[in-house]
Amino acid sequence: MGILDNQFGHLQQLQDESNPDFVAEVVNLYFKDSERLLNEITVALDQQNVDFTKVGGHVHQLKGSSSSIGAQRVNNVCTAFRSFCEEKNIEGCQQYLQHLKQEYYLVKNKLQTLFQLQQQLLSAGGSIPAYEMR
Amino acid sequence: MAAAAVAESQFHVLAVDDSIIDRKLIERLLKTSSYQVTTVDSGSKALEFLGLHDDDGQSINLVITDYCMPGMTGYDLLKKIKESSSLRDIPVVIMSSENVPSRISRCLEEGAEEFFLKPVRLSDLNKLKPHLMKTKIKDQIKQQSQRQQEEESDESDFQSPSPPQQQPQESQQSQQQQQQQQQQQQQQQQQQQQQQSNNNKRKALEEGLSPERTRPRYNGIATVV
Repeated sequence: MGILDNQFGHLQQLQDESNPDFVAEVVNLYFKDSERLLNEITVALDQQNVDFTKVGGHVHQLKGSSSSIGAQRVNNVCTAFRSFCEEKNIEGCQQYLQHLKQEYYLVKNKLQTLFQLQQQLLSAGGSIPAYEMR
Repeated sequence: MAAAAVAESQFHVLAVDDSIIDRKLIERLLKTSSYQVTTVDSGSKALEFLGLHDDDGQSINLVITDYCMPGMTGYDLLKKIKESSSLRDIPVVIMSSENVPSRISRCLEEGAEEFFLKPVRLSDLNKLKPHLMKTKIKDQIKQQSQRQQEEESDESDFQSPSPPQQQPQESQQSQQQQQQQQQQQQQQQQQQQQQQSNNNKRKALEEGLSPERTRPRYNGIATVV
């Protein structure tokens, strides 16, 4: 499964000369928000009495924003994670938190590389073609 | 400037979502579709905004809201809007990341115009136009029928039986009585007009004109013998 689905393409379509930084802005918001949520989940699972509803809420939020930017693998891990929250399965939750972190850092890495390449292209005097949905 | 003229006739959409990423997204989608946009992060802030700007030029033509929000859900917000006499005509659209048929039908039954599954796409926003045009047409019809009512009530003023004509060699007392009758009738009509205008602010603007017009008319009749 690809790291980014065609929702990311839809985001790129919304970027134009009058909003040249739209994708970067959304993605940076996503990074900030996701890292905050991963932190909250980690802390919540570390408690003596885990509040599974709270954890589930954070996972729900992360799932939503991942879906909005096209991070489909993160999205999928969140779905599975939510089931463990509902079952109040602490081991399942701990395990999936690790999965989640792996997938998140994978998509972060890919996106940062993409932005770097785009920057290099622009600095070399090139232009980034408008994304065309197939 | 031409651009300013176009902006005036733009539809103004209020977008409600607790997720900052989704707010950014929906804002861009709406602006790309040439709507004026205001975003808020909760249902209570949405109601605040709607209440504050009910009377002035910042009126909202459509509300698009996320379903799952802490505190007031999108469904709760929908209900509050539909229960409000001043807000109920504003079309409301619900967005949700979850495809739950019972949720969808509950929202539609409560009066939501559309239910969009997230992530929302540009093509979804094409469905908004007919709902916005509907309210524009409704407003125009309302304004037209108000103007007609205005004209009709003015005409009936003119045709209403004039106060009883009295002999020129009137004692001062009866002349005073005549004047009092005229004043009473004027007051009654003004009260009637006032009641109607309470229902609509636009009418109140036009109301300001009618009393001016009726007074001279009565004076005209009173002096005719």
